[in-house]
Amino acid sequence: MNKEEYQKIVKKNTPKENWIKNALITFLVGGLIGMGSELLLNIYATWLHMPRKESGVLVILTLIVLSSILTALGVFDFLVQKFKSALIIPITGFAHSMTSATLEYKNEGLVLGIGANIFKLAGTVILYGVVAVYFFGLIRLLVMGG
Amino acid sequence: MTYILAFLFCGLVCMISQIILDNTKLTPGHVTSLFVVIGAFLDIFGIYDKIVVYCGAGALVPITSFGHLLVHGAMDVASELGPLGLAFGIFNLTAAGISVAIVMAFVLALIFKPKH
Repeated sequence: MNKEEYQKIVKKNTPKENWIKNALITFLVGGLIGMGSELLLNIYATWLHMPRKESGVLVILTLIVLSSILTALGVFDFLVQKFKSALIIPITGFAHSMTSATLEYKNEGLVLGIGANIFKLAGTVILYGVVAVYFFGLIRLLVMGG
Repeated sequence: MTYILAFLFCGLVCMISQIILDNTKLTPGHVTSLFVVIGAFLDIFGIYDKIVVYCGAGALVPITSFGHLLVHGAMDVASELGPLGLAFGIFNLTAAGISVAIVMAFVLALIFKPKH
């Protein structure tokens, strides 16, 4: 057996990252999260008599609290391995990144550990969000006239 | 009907991000940042508002809505004060989410121990 044949056999037998299966799983789980939060929004709107806009914020807050607690209990990492970006792309991933950063750097102290690292991963989201809004907002105000 | 559209939109956003993650070298950090910028971009032209009308919370939950809410807060104040309003209003609508996430992360870090 020469080198080329060996390479062929290795290529055939290495488990391929099955991206189609991953895509289907994330589509289903992500869709369920979207549908569940729509249900939650309607529950808040009818039972608490909140306007739709405020109950939308409440839904986001509920997801943040839930995912923070699940992260602290150590369940969230296990779920992320199974459902991948279905849990990272919704706002749950934002809360997860903050809670896991504070837990991880807890030992380095209140200020230099928790304080300095809380935005370690969530910071990119805020940074690029704010920069994009200034950029697009100025374009809309100055070029398109508001 | 809103439930089905919420399912489809949220599922599609998650699926696109997973396909990007699996087929390129980008990390989840890159993809979330990219999606926030896309959300802000769509909202500038009023497209994301229409998606929110049809898909309800299905459009509010993905990280793209973070960009959308930033734009909304900024542009609401900017329509009264001019370009300076961008700075005043940018966190108006996302303040609740960010502050709750900060408090939860801090309190939970005090109570729990990291698991490995």
